[in-house]
Amino acid sequence: MTTVTNGVNVQALLDAREVLKGAPEAAQFTWRASAKWQSGVHSTIKVQSFFGLGEEQSHKEEWTFEADHPEVFAAEDNGITPIEYLLVGLASCLTGGIASVAENRGIQLRSVESVVEGGHDIRGILGADSDVRNGYNDIKVTFTIDADASKQEIEALVAQSQKRSAVFDALTNPTNVTVEVA
Amino acid sequence: MLERGEVANSWRRERWDSLRLLTPNWQSRLPGLRYEGPDPDGYMTVGEVTEFIEHFATVSRAPVRTGANVTSVRRTDDGYHVTTSRGEIRCRAVVIASGACNQPSVPQFKDAVPASVEQLTPFDYRDPAKLPDGGVLVVGASATGVQLAAELQRSGRPVTLSVGEHARLPRTYRGRDVLWWMDASGVWDQRYDEVDDLTRARRLPSPQLVGTPERTTLDLNALASMGVELVGRWAAVRDSRALFSGGLRNVFSLADLKMERLLDTFDEWARTRGCDGGVDPPERFAQTPVPESTRLQLDLRSGEIRAIVWATGFRPDYGWLDVPVVDAKGQLRHEGGVVDSPGLYALGLPVLRRRKSTFIYGIEDDAREVIDHLTRYLAGRGHRLRAGHHLGAGR
Repeated sequence: MTTVTNGVNVQALLDAREVLKGAPEAAQFTWRASAKWQSGVHSTIKVQSFFGLGEEQSHKEEWTFEADHPEVFAAEDNGITPIEYLLVGLASCLTGGIASVAENRGIQLRSVESVVEGGHDIRGILGADSDVRNGYNDIKVTFTIDADASKQEIEALVAQSQKRSAVFDALTNPTNVTVEVA
Repeated sequence: MLERGEVANSWRRERWDSLRLLTPNWQSRLPGLRYEGPDPDGYMTVGEVTEFIEHFATVSRAPVRTGANVTSVRRTDDGYHVTTSRGEIRCRAVVIASGACNQPSVPQFKDAVPASVEQLTPFDYRDPAKLPDGGVLVVGASATGVQLAAELQRSGRPVTLSVGEHARLPRTYRGRDVLWWMDASGVWDQRYDEVDDLTRARRLPSPQLVGTPERTTLDLNALASMGVELVGRWAAVRDSRALFSGGLRNVFSLADLKMERLLDTFDEWARTRGCDGGVDPPERFAQTPVPESTRLQLDLRSGEIRAIVWATGFRPDYGWLDVPVVDAKGQLRHEGGVVDSPGLYALGLPVLRRRKSTFIYGIEDDAREVIDHLTRYLAGRGHRLRAGHHLGAGR
């Protein structure tokens, strides 16, 4: 068998899994983002620090994201809409999962592309119809994958990546959310 | 042999009326005792299983002490001290054969279900008449869940089935019972030290099977065509509403893909063994279709659901075992049935030594190997006594 190089350090992940089995407290992570209102519906969000493995951690640099709404919402379009960030999260989470599972299963990937679409009835957020929910009604992800694997193996990669996806879980299952004023 | 009740007690008291074994009669065999009735491909009823085990106890002259409930097992300097409802016993070795299904396992959020909804576990359930008229939410789609969902739907109660990860199997494949394939192809003989992920293998849910005279398949497609409504895994209760996962499509995919891989294994085995002629041609089954839209929540106060049946699995109960050999998740720590305490052994747990460890006929090989270890332990005790003594003194 030739060596598979999808660029995922699967050994490190497998090692971490073994270590954390016996140290659940080290597995407790807190992810953070801090947002600042600019003007209108435009805000800027910064992400750098997080907590994990028992101590404060940091990304190599601070990442900045702009969120706004498009002009059809009578906004200035300084960035993507917040609900689009959910699609960004889902697509990147599943894609990373596919690469990791493929590496672990010895499957060489050549290309992994996806289109994510979320169906959204905006009458909910506008308060036009109280029976309509605010969030997505449904989300569809379509992957196009070129890899040294059968169709069945590729489908299994995609299924396994959903099974282990943080964002897929966060979107498909309820999460307790607390919002307060400091 | 200590039995808390009568021989085959859990079969007498902890099973619902319509239950039949998942394994065909010809597979129900114990050392020196095999099925000799007219229907080798049929499935024993609970009454027949009880008789079968009772008969084995008689012909094997097993020294069963009935009505002896074990309330404590403690380590002593040279063995174990066992307290039972019929007195105290001192022994050099103990084999735990109390099984993995002593208590129904039910999620914590059961406490948030409104009192107007009746809640049952498979230990409480006997037949549909025991439930109120009206809708039933069956939670869990393994063997228990699909069987009870089908029976309740047939009784005229509209059933909603909450489906998490599950194992899909056809009842028959290429003209043979699917469990014939498991046995013949060697899947069930796979040893615990050959399994990739043993922890996972030991936690696998029972497959969606039912033993009926018609040998019908009882997968989610069969349930959906009966009118059972499928919803995602029940994740939480909020404001008296049950919230279900939106990930139903993926649990269908996982189960469909897994079944296909298993059938591929069977086909490959039949081809290489040259026994393709003895069975029908390969088959493939329709994928589990995802409903147009699945409900993500259900108001438990609306009266739509009158009862909930928790088919969410079982767990062992080692509350009586005063030896520190149970892990944080309540499972016994053992290596192929050899428990991490000298002279303590286990039998009849999932994938104890083989994939077939929990089947009636599957225990025979395990028992031989575990007892072999036990007799060697007893024979070598003179040598090991000091170690045992030390352990005992440390407690």
